[in-house]
Order: sequence, then C-alpha cells, then structure tokens
Amino acid sequence: MEATLPLLILVLPLLMFLFLGLFGKFLSHKWAGIIGTVGMGVTMIIAYYTAYTYFFSGQFVGADGERLQYIVFDQDWLSLWGNLTIKLGFLIDPISALMLVVVTTISFMVHLYSNGYMRDHHGVYETGFQRFYAFLSLFSFSMLGLVVATNIFQMYIFWELVGASSYLLIGFYYTKPSAVSASKKAFIVTRFADLGFLIGILILSFTTETFDFMSLTSSPLPGVENTYYVDAATATTALESAGGQMFLGGSLMTWALVLIFMGGMGKSAMMPLHIWLPDAMEGPTPVSALIHAATMVVAGVYLVARLFPLFMINNAMGGAALDIVTVVGALTAAYAAIVACTQIDIKRVLAFSTISQIAFMMVSLGVSREGMHDNLGYMASMFHLFTHAMFKALLFLGAGALIHAVGSNDYTAMHGLRKHMPITHITFLVGCLAIAGIIPFSGFFSKDEILTACFGNSAVAYVWMSLVAGLTAFYMFRLYYLIFWWKEHNVPQGHHAPKDQPWTMTLPLILLGIVAIFCGFVPFADMVSWNGHAPHHSGINWTVASISLAVAIIAIAIATAMYRKENAMPAKMRSFFPRLWTAAHKRFYFDELYMFITHKIIFDRVCKPIAWFDRHIIDGTMDAFAAITNKASYAIRGLQSGSAQSYVWVYLIGALLLGGGTVAIIFLFF
Amino acid sequence: MLSNILIYFVIVPILMLGGLALSRNVKQIRAVAVAGSLVLIAMSVYLLVEYLALRAANIDDPMLFCGSWTWFEALNIHLAVGVDGVSIAMIILTSIIVFAGSFASWKIDNPKAFFLWLILLSTGVFGFFISVDLFTMFMFYEVALIPMYLLIGVWGSGNKNYSAMKLTLMLMGGSAFLMLGLIGIYYNGPVVDGHHTWNILEIVDNGGVDKGWQYFLFPMTFVGFGVLGAMFPFHTWSPDGHASAPTAVSMLHAGVLMKLGGYGCFRVAMYLMPEAAQELSWIFLILTGISVVYGAFSACVQTDLKYINAYSSVSHCGLVLFAILMLNQTAMTGAVMQMLSHGLMTALFFALIGMIYGRTHTRDIREMGGMMKIMPYLAVCYVIAGFASLGLPGLSGFVAEMTIFVGSFQQGMSEFLAGAGSLKLVFTIVACCSIVITAVYILRVVGKLLLGPVQDKHHLQLTDATWWERLSTVTLIISVAAIGCCPNFFADLIRDTFNGDIFHAVLPLN
Repeated sequence: MEATLPLLILVLPLLMFLFLGLFGKFLSHKWAGIIGTVGMGVTMIIAYYTAYTYFFSGQFVGADGERLQYIVFDQDWLSLWGNLTIKLGFLIDPISALMLVVVTTISFMVHLYSNGYMRDHHGVYETGFQRFYAFLSLFSFSMLGLVVATNIFQMYIFWELVGASSYLLIGFYYTKPSAVSASKKAFIVTRFADLGFLIGILILSFTTETFDFMSLTSSPLPGVENTYYVDAATATTALESAGGQMFLGGSLMTWALVLIFMGGMGKSAMMPLHIWLPDAMEGPTPVSALIHAATMVVAGVYLVARLFPLFMINNAMGGAALDIVTVVGALTAAYAAIVACTQIDIKRVLAFSTISQIAFMMVSLGVSREGMHDNLGYMASMFHLFTHAMFKALLFLGAGALIHAVGSNDYTAMHGLRKHMPITHITFLVGCLAIAGIIPFSGFFSKDEILTACFGNSAVAYVWMSLVAGLTAFYMFRLYYLIFWWKEHNVPQGHHAPKDQPWTMTLPLILLGIVAIFCGFVPFADMVSWNGHAPHHSGINWTVASISLAVAIIAIAIATAMYRKENAMPAKMRSFFPRLWTAAHKRFYFDELYMFITHKIIFDRVCKPIAWFDRHIIDGTMDAFAAITNKASYAIRGLQSGSAQSYVWVYLIGALLLGGGTVAIIFLFF
Repeated sequence: MLSNILIYFVIVPILMLGGLALSRNVKQIRAVAVAGSLVLIAMSVYLLVEYLALRAANIDDPMLFCGSWTWFEALNIHLAVGVDGVSIAMIILTSIIVFAGSFASWKIDNPKAFFLWLILLSTGVFGFFISVDLFTMFMFYEVALIPMYLLIGVWGSGNKNYSAMKLTLMLMGGSAFLMLGLIGIYYNGPVVDGHHTWNILEIVDNGGVDKGWQYFLFPMTFVGFGVLGAMFPFHTWSPDGHASAPTAVSMLHAGVLMKLGGYGCFRVAMYLMPEAAQELSWIFLILTGISVVYGAFSACVQTDLKYINAYSSVSHCGLVLFAILMLNQTAMTGAVMQMLSHGLMTALFFALIGMIYGRTHTRDIREMGGMMKIMPYLAVCYVIAGFASLGLPGLSGFVAEMTIFVGSFQQGMSEFLAGAGSLKLVFTIVACCSIVITAVYILRVVGKLLLGPVQDKHHLQLTDATWWERLSTVTLIISVAAIGCCPNFFADLIRDTFNGDIFHAVLPLN
C-alpha cells in the first residue's frame, strides 16, 4: 500500500486544525463550517478506501487465508535507549481498519450536524464556531493517530492528545462554571488513570525492550497460537522471563497489563474512574456524540484488544489480568445500567448507557478464551464497538436535536414530542430498538455474540450480563416514552412549538438510522478476529438469541406499562425501594466520595500543610539564619563606637590580659 | 583568540553593553537590544550547524571549538572555552530567551540601566556555558548572579528589597560552598606540566580528582550549584525572588539562570567526580525526588500566579537534578531536554504573567476570571504554556519528561532486579506522580484565571497583546513546539555528551 493516502488521513485533520485555529477568525462562520465538513468528508472517503483496500483487495491475506498486520510507514520520533525508540507510524490490521471507518464516519456526521446545531433558532452562529471546528479537527486527528498507532507509546501520545481535545471541547462554553469544572474533572481523572498506563508501559518496555505492537503480540509462548509475523526473539525471551518475575504478589507482566488496563479504565469510564463521563455532558451535544459516546471512550476497549495476545499469554500463565477486565466490566455494566434508570437529564441517561455498553465490550474481551469458539468474545467486542458507535451516536445526535428544539436537557421539559418531531422520533426509536437488541436491528447481533461468549465462559457471567441487557432495554424505553409520549406541554404564547431541525441535523440522523438498522448484517466474523484467522464459529446461537430477545421484550413491555402514559406505577416502584432509588439517583455517591478525597484529604490535608511547612519551617529557618546574623552584628556593633577613649580602654585591658596571661603561663609551666 | 567563534558569545554582549551606554533615547536602546539578541540567535544557530557538521565528519572529541588563553599565570587560570551538545543547547536557549526578554521589557522604566544590567547578566550566562576552566566559569557565574540583586531591588514589585536580599544571600551562600569545592578540585586534581589545572578536560584526561577527596568535594559543588537549581530545601529564594522580579528578569532567571545550576551539577560535580556521584547520589536523589512532588503540591494551593509558577519551577527543576543523578544516559539526556523545555515554557509563563499583571495590576487568581473573553490572545498563549507544562505531546514538556521517566525507570528497575536496592525505582514512580499533580495546578489556574465568568468589571476595558508582546510569546511558543515535534534532533545533539568514556566506569548499562 502506498503511504500517501494513509498519511493524508492523519495530515488532513491536522492541517484543518492549524488552519481553522490560526486563521479561523478571518473566515466567516459559514465557510469555517464548510471547510471543516468538506475536509472531514474527504478524510472519510480516504479512510473508506483504505479500509476497503485492506479487507477486499486480497493483498493483505497470508498463505493460510489469515489477515495480516501491515505497517504502512513508521517514522522514528525519539530514540531512548538500546533499540527502544518511539516511532510514529500507521499500522493497518482488521481492528484499526474498523476503527478508521468508525471514527471518520461519526466524525463526518458530527461535523455536518454541528453546522445546524451550533446556531440558535434564528440561524445565528454561536461565538467560537471556528474554534469549535478547529477542536473537532484536532480531536479527529488525535483519535485517528491513536487507532493506527504502531506502538504502544504512539498510542500513549495520541491518548494524551485526545484527552486534551476532549478537555477543550467539554469546556467549549468556557464562561459556564459547570462546563469549566467538568472539563477539569475529565482531564484530571483520565490523567490519573494515564499514570497507571505510563507505568505499565514503562514496565512492559523495560522487560521486552520494545514498544512495537507487532513485536509485543507475537507468539511468545508455545501453545498460544498467534500468526502475526514478527522477528521478536528478544521479546519472546524477555516476556518469558518477565512473566516469571514476581513483584508484590503478581508477575511483572500481570502488573504491567493491569496498570495499562487502568489507563483504559480511565478513558473508557470504567468504575471507579467513570465519574468524569456524566459531567462531560456539559460539552455541546455533537461533542458528546463524537467523543463521549462513539470514539474516544472506546479507546480503552481498543487498547485491551490491541494488547489482547498479551492478555491471552498472561491468562495461559495463570495471571489474573483478563479476569480483572471481566470483573471490572461486569460491575460497571450493572452499576451504570441501574443508575441510568433514575436520571432526569436525557444526556446523562445516555452517558450512563454508554458506560454500561462499553462495559459490555470489556466483559466480552474478558471472557474471550481460545476454547470458546476461537475467542468469539474478541470479535463480539469489536462488533459491538462498531454497532454501538453507530446507534449511540444516533441517539446522542437525536438528543441534541431535542435539546436544540426544546432548550433544556430534562425530559420533564419534553414529553409528547412524537408529533412535532417525526424524523427525530423515528430515528431515536431506531436507536432505542438497536440498543435494546431487538431483531433485526444492529445491536441484536452484536449483543447476541457477546452473550454467547459469556455463555461459553461461565453461567454467572451469562446471567449477569443478560439481566443488564434487560435493564438496558428498560431504561432506554423509559427514556423514549418520557420524551416522545406522555402528555404534551402547552406551548407558551409567542413561542414556536418544537419542530424538526434543519437538514444538516436531520440528514446525519437519517443516515445513522439506516446504518443502525442494517450494520448488524455486516459479516463481521469473517473480518475481525484476534489472530487474523477467521473463527470456525459464525452465525447466531439461537438459544442465547431467543432468550435475550425474550428478556428485551419483557423489559420493553414493563417500560411501556410504566411510562407510556403518566401513571402512578413509577412512583410506586420508587417508594418500594426508596433507599436504592435515592442512591442510584445520586449515582451511588461516587462524586461525593471523590470530592471528599480530593478536597478534604489531598487539598486540605496534603497540599495546605506542605505549603505551610514550606513558608514557615523551611523558609522560617532561612529567615532565622538571617535574623541571627543580624542580631549578632547588632550585638557586636557597640565595639566599633568611634570614640577614642573607649578604644584606648579596650586596648589597655587587652594588653594587660595578654601580657599578664603570658607572664602567668611562663611562671606556671616553665 | 578572535578566530574562535565561542569567544564572540562574550564579545557581542560586551559590545551591546557599550552600545547601550552610548545610546541616547529609548529607541536606540531597543534597537541595540534587539539587534544584539538577533545577532546572538544567528550566532548560536551558526554554531549549531558548524557543530553538527564537525560531528558528522566523525570528530569525536568530547568538546569542540576548544581554545585556551592564559589569564593569570601564577594560578594557571585560563580563559578556556569549548562546547558540546549540551552547552550548545543551553546557548541556543539563552539567546532565544534574551531575545524574547528584550521584547517583554519594551516599556520598562529607566530602560538604559535596566538593559545594561540585563545584558551584563546574559554576558555572565553565555560566558558560563562556553567555559571549561573552572575558575573563569565561576567568575562568569558570579557575573550572572550579581545583577539580579539590582534588577529585582530597583525594578521589582511588592516586597522587593526583602526578596532581592534573600535571593542574593542564598545564592551567595551556595557560591561559598561552590568556591570551596572548586578550589578543592583544583588542589586535588592531577598535575599537568608541573601545575595543577582548572581545566575540566585536562582534569578528566589526567586521572580525575582524588577519590578520597571526592566524597567531600562532590557534596560541596552539588549543593553549591543545586541552590541555583532550586533543590529542596534550598529553594525558598525562588518563590519570593520570582514574585518580586520584573517580567524579563523572571524570564531570564527561571529560563536560564536556574539552568546554570543543573548544568553546573552535571558539568562539574558529576563529570569530574563520577565515583562519588555514584556513591552519594542517593542523598540527593531523595532530596530532588521530594522537590518534584513537594513543589507540585505546594503549587496547588498558591493564589499568586508567580508563586504558582515558582513552585512549579521547583518541581520541574527538581526533575532535572533528579534525572542527572540517575547516572543513566537516557535520563540525563532527558534532564537536558527538560532544562530546555522548562527554560522556554517558564519564560513564556513569566512573560504572560507579566503582561497580565501589567494590565490588571493583580496577580491574585481569586481576583481575576474570564480573561479568555477579555484578552483572548494572551489567554490562548497561557493555555499553550500550561499544556506544555503538564506534558501534552507535541509540546516540549512531554518529550523531556518521558525521556526522563523511561531512563530513570530503566535504571531503577535494573538496579532493583540486580538486587541493588529499590530507591531509584521507588522515586521514579514518585516522580511520575507529578504528571497528575501538575495537571491539577495548571488546570486550576486555567480554570480560575482564564475561563469562567469575568470577575472584575473593570477588566472588561483591558486590551489584548501588543505587537512586541506577540513577538515575544510567538518566539517562545514556536521553540516549545519545535522541541515537542522533533525531539530526536535535540536528543541526538545532547546524547553524545553522556556517551563519553568518563561515565563508562560508573554507568552499568551503557
């Protein structure tokens, strides 16, 4: 593959960022939007072409019919020691090609949609419109750099960059204090997680002397099959020995993987590092759709998938890394689903639903084992990542259209909008059906694969995740009914009734709706697998599928009964478990806990005493030295009085003392 | 003598001093300052190109462009010059900051005297970086320190007399240790041609400093330079000094003078006395490791912009000394990159703080807010500087910190696995924690100062940056981004220095 086109995928968004960032203020709003959208469209087409070439040209298929990893280019960026060099490159393999498609598609939709969203009802553009497009381009650049990373350090670099662009975009309405603190929170929480990621990278690179994914994930152990070709004799031996090196109760390798997973937990908002994501909804809604639903937040899943062979080896050697992934994912999925049932702000419901769905992907990776249909879970996870990106972006953009029309984030201000906003209504319903997993919408297929993978692993995981899937269907339809059904609000005099938005906003909804309906039929099992080989298993496990379908339909039925019309049932349910409801409504007090730790402990008990210690003890000592010197010089100053009489007096006494002393010594000792 | 390019790095500032003394009005003063600093930038770029050309021709002397001229026969004192990659990096840094600093003090009161002292200070700095003779090095060191007293005492703000006195006395205290150390090195170094020698290269080539004495002299010199490098617990001059200093002086001081400390620690203490460095580094590793997190934690609660950045400098410069003490090629390369990076971004910070202070007349973040709305250009620059400071990839902080962390971790882990103790490993992880704390205090300032609603209605009438302010900040931002985007160029330039045979004896992993 020529390097030119793939290079353009990265360079175009970067150039757009620089152009819009530096010269945006000389452009009209309209042209900034057009340039941003067209640029992203071109990037999308190139990415499609690249992915198409990768999957269908036949050039990237090995002798056994397996899909190969291919490095298009790899440029040295910073040499460290030995062979350890940070490179910036472009790796194409099934999952990066997949992510290229996902990221550019959603990004283009969001670019298009924002042309309409970032205006008020009279068509007046918001201030900072050019800045918005510049940041969107920066984000797209960073995210694309992340997915095509050839080595783990490149991933870390772009990982930080997506964090920063997320910070900038969450804080887009920077005069709003809540947006400012949300952006700060998002950055610091993910930075804390990145500390783990960084130390994990340090351990991994120290033991293997490489950052390259292809060397790291080559077949390091007999019995664990991986066909990705690499010349990594060093990595192999190093990992074997490092695998045996114990440190604080875990092997070095387990430590490295768990710490790297910690980075993934931060970005993918896994409990207990999830607290930034609901607050991140302070950003403009298109941003939530792009960054906090479809692309950036799945970076953690992508990271685990990227290093999946290492997790497999760790598992084969008795390490716990994959089990930790499973447990964290399962707990987060249930937690977020329960909380989502009680939120009022529609964006927060969607945010918790995102957390829950990403946790599904994590669980799917965690339960993936070689014995189970050749790592079906890995494929299922990537499949769900793809479908989720589409239908969740659809839901968020739909929510954006609602918010734009109504002017509020609360469902209490919406109700009964189905007649006023038919396009939004239908597409939102499609999204809900997809996420609930109703056949033939896309979510059905991917969720079915995940549940099948869980089923193969353990009964507990299967039952647990099926129940969470049921909850998913319940809270999504709760949201749907509360927005589009119930009794309409009366429109106050002088206000327009909410209506469908301009074509720039509805077109992405329609396109994504179509994708969300049909993308379940993509033959994913043939395209993505953990080692390039197509798995032997494919198709739907109808036992699992019919059970999960039944669960989803029951859940939807309950939601219909409770929320289709205003009735007393929700309140009754609430009074049935008052404690649980309040706790879930308050998100199980995680934010309060964090506030306590950061403010009461770190700020008040660490920072302030240190600052006090510095000013009063350390600096006080220095000042005391100065004061003592000063005092001493004042004390002996009296001797230099300038009066001749006192000098003579002192001179005489001194002479007498010296003379007398000498005489005395001579007499005493000689 | 005049055929050696290095000597012009002292001659040009001296000519500038003459020009300043002769100029009659503010325009001529500015012209001299700008022209002189442009010449210095051009010379440093020329020096870099020449140096790379010589290195490309496989000349592997430890220092190039060497020259030595007798100054004081009886004590064998020479004006001896020579540079390697590290010195060249520092020279480039200095010339950029002098250039940016000149523009930042465009409207200073009593410009003639101010620029005279400022250029005298930079003469000392340039002289220090080109010297390889310990005595002349020390002399230039003092030349760089003394003008600080007047610059802060006369042009400063706030509690300026106290700060100027404190800064000068503490640094002079450090110099006292240093002088003792240097004289000790002279008398306990090798005898060449019947004389003791001050020349660093000759000392190293002829057997180095007496081993027994090293254990006394290493701490002396390291503490002596470490005071200027803001090493805990000798850092308290830095917050007060920076808070009172005028903009350009803060820039030069944090940007360049503090680098004299790090550079001296490496060039004199570590380079001449590697055995003692190996044995005693643990003491200073603990101190500098503490500096890194201690400075960062202290910065989290400050409310004065300059105090925040002074404490952040304590943290970042602590990382420089920390990495130097690792005795690891990668970490030490990272240390020099951190010096470059910290020099540029702190200069940028102090320039911006000066510009904001010049408009609002307060540096208290509680009294300001929403500056992004009022002065977008300065606010955006501040955000960029903040991102550089918290280590965003693409800007200089990230590459420097990552090089340090990777090198330190390599050193710490291999010592740990070899059973040589876990001190370096533990403190590496402690130092890594600073990336989170840095993010906390940087974003706190950005959130309070730049974002949010406007706090003070009077601030609404303030204007954005003028052209000279823009020039000053743009220069620094471009430099920060250049290091961040092409780190390998700088790393290659620096790395050779730490490859020498001298360190071979003590560096287990090279």
